[in-house]
Order: sequence, then C-alpha cells, then structure tokens
Amino acid sequence: MASSSDMGSADFESLSSTSDVELLKRAWRNEKAAPEILPYEGDLVERAKGQIELVEENIEAYVENGIDPLVVSLYQMDLDRTQFLLRSYLRVRLLKIEKFMFHSLKSEEAESRLSEQEKVFARRCADDLAKHFEESVLRKLPENYQSVLKQSLISEVDDMVPEPHLDTFVACRSNSHFTLNLYEEGESTQTEEMYRGDLYFIRYKIVKGAIESGKMDLI
Amino acid sequence: MAGQTDPHVSLFSPEEVEFMAEDELVEIVPNMNMEPLNFIAGDFGRFIPQIPIQVPLWLAVALKRRGKCTFRPPGWLSVDNLTQVLEAEREPQSKFQALPFSYVEIARLLFDHARDDIPDMYMVRSLVEDIRDVRLHKLENNLGTFLGTSAVKMENVSAMEVNLVRPFARRALEAFYKHDKPEAAADRGTRSSRQPREANDEPRVKPFTLPTHLYFSF
Repeated sequence: MASSSDMGSADFESLSSTSDVELLKRAWRNEKAAPEILPYEGDLVERAKGQIELVEENIEAYVENGIDPLVVSLYQMDLDRTQFLLRSYLRVRLLKIEKFMFHSLKSEEAESRLSEQEKVFARRCADDLAKHFEESVLRKLPENYQSVLKQSLISEVDDMVPEPHLDTFVACRSNSHFTLNLYEEGESTQTEEMYRGDLYFIRYKIVKGAIESGKMDLI
Repeated sequence: MAGQTDPHVSLFSPEEVEFMAEDELVEIVPNMNMEPLNFIAGDFGRFIPQIPIQVPLWLAVALKRRGKCTFRPPGWLSVDNLTQVLEAEREPQSKFQALPFSYVEIARLLFDHARDDIPDMYMVRSLVEDIRDVRLHKLENNLGTFLGTSAVKMENVSAMEVNLVRPFARRALEAFYKHDKPEAAADRGTRSSRQPREANDEPRVKPFTLPTHLYFSF
C-alpha cells in the first residue's frame, strides 16, 4: 500500500513508489476510458477520503494560526486536485451504472464490481425505472410483452437490457514488457510484443485482462 | 458509415488532458524560503533561494504566478532540439519523433506563464507550432492505411494528439472490425482456398485523418 508521503514521480516510467494520487489518477483515467464498469477500488477511495479529510482539517488549523496565505492556498490547490479526481471517479461510475442499470444487477460478477452504496443506488434506480415503465406503458401492452427485461415472452435472453459495448476500440499504453494475444480464445493466436511505453489502439475485450492486472493503462 | 450522427466529443476534454499533464515534474528555481510542503500528491522539499528543485507543473505555475520562482525550461524545449525535431518530422515517410508525452500541454503552460524564462521564446513557440502542424498533418495522411487491422500501434504520439484522434479512429476501427468479423468466420471454413486477406493484421504506425473542425487551436 503506497503511503501518502511517497514522493510519487508523475513520470509513468517510475513504478517503484506510487502515491495515492497517482493510483487515483490511474483509476479515474481507466474508468473514464473503459466501456464497462471496472472493479471498485474500495481501499484506494477510503484512503483518499481519509487523506482529504485530514488535509481539510489542517487547512482550517493553518488559517486559524495565521500561516502564510501562500502556503495555505497551495495546500488548498492540492486538496482541490485530489478532490476532483475522487469526485470525478465516483461520478463516472454512477453514470455508467445509470446507463447499464439492469445489466449490472443481472449477474454476480457484474454486481461484485460495485461498492455497497453503488449497489443500493443501482437497485433503487432499477426498481424505480421498472415501476415507471410498468405503470406508464407496460401494463397497457398485451400480456406477452409486459416484461421490462425481455422484448416478449418468446425472447430467450433479456434483450431489452443494454449491454456495455466491449468491442469498442480504446487507446492504451503498456506499463511493462509482455506479450499479448491479439485474438480471443479459439481464434488464431497472433501475439504482439508490448514494450513499456508503447501506445496502441486495440479492442477493449483484448486488453481487458491486461488492464485489470495493471499491465496496461487506458489513456 | 452511413447513418452516423455527428462525431461526439472525445472522452476527455482538453482541460482534462491538461489536468493530467499538470502532474509532470519540471524544474524551478525559487527566490524565497519555504518549508517543505506535505501534499497528498507527495512531499516537496525545502525551498531555498537559487537552489533548483523539481515540482509538479501545477505547483510550479502557481508559484510562478505569485512571483516566487523562475522556470528552468526542460531540455527538449530549446531552439536547437526543436529545430532538429522539426527537420526530422518534415522528412517524407518519417515516423513521429520522440517528444514528451505531454509536450503540447507543458509548452502551452510555459508560454502562458513563463515567457521570460525561455530563451528565444518567439522562436521556440513558432517551432512548437510548426511541429504540431506537421504531426497533425502526418496523422491525417496515414489514416487511410487502416484497412481492417486489429490493433494500431502509435509510436511517440502525444496525449493531446491521441485525444483529438480518438473518436474518429475508434469508429473507423470498429467499422472495420464489424465488417471483417463475418469474413473471419467464413475464413475458417475455407482457409486453404482463399486468397490471403488484403488487410494486414499486423499493428503498424497509423497516422489518422482529422476532420478539420477538431483541430485544437494553440
């Protein structure tokens, strides 16, 4: 776990000590660029929240003690930057939850990516939306077509549920040297050597594993 | 692709790209004394007059605006280096030259706030603008070579350029992928008798065409 006093170099080449801000920035960037919701970085968010609260208290103390306003304003700037990252991260996730409401509640795996509060939010959203649809439209349709999730009772899958578009292309950068299989399982295995710092435009599905394990970053 | 709506705005706004670039370390020379700063982002040491120190770009700009320091321009932002880079970029069929990933943002912030700290500022600025133009032009010309690739390698393309190109390249690649996929299924059945596919699946350096209204004005 990186502590806040690590001198985190912003240069992506230094992997040795990464500050929480670096990690938060990475999480924010990945979340923004990815078409689906990524696993929730609970620990990171908690730590960031703790540090933000600490700095907020410090700033109040500084102002009271009459510390140089320049120093106070610099601390405030750092605080603002970190707060922005945290807020934007949470907001991007909420946006995605709203977009793929039913989808994220469908499977255990999808649900496990949300935090507890996000799960509550998603369920309430889904319930409200389902109720709204039922009352305004679905009750008035013929019996076979009354489901929120399926187009009709004949449908085998939940085809009214929008799914994240995993085939979209994303820009990504590699963090280390490894080989990547350019195709999915079962298709021809063509691999590509990824060196640190290489930039690629690739289909999200292919790099999904690499991103989750930290070998690549979305940019 | 018929029936497409207007290209929607890129995932990251230019301001957000700049925000990400602001964590890059730059060198400044403070002109006052200050205690170490313990930020969430990291610790930045004692500030002693005339002793150079590395700080994130956002902090450097903040200090500069309050008249507390001067910048030491980074090595790559010199007339000599940039002239070399420009010459190399102008070579026909050349790849992109190595420039810092956030060179656009760093240069822009330095020009806005630290003109007096850069020797030959006007020359440097016009060189950077020229380099940007040449690179964007290269990006444009090379988009045509996409033809059904599964991955596109971009060497030495900078953050702002990636962001500009992203929506268009993404949709183009997706369209190619969608149209290639059913062919791939047929491929497996008749592999031996089929002509080799014209599209080369090797990732290669791809320049991208930019619709002109997406040019980010310097």
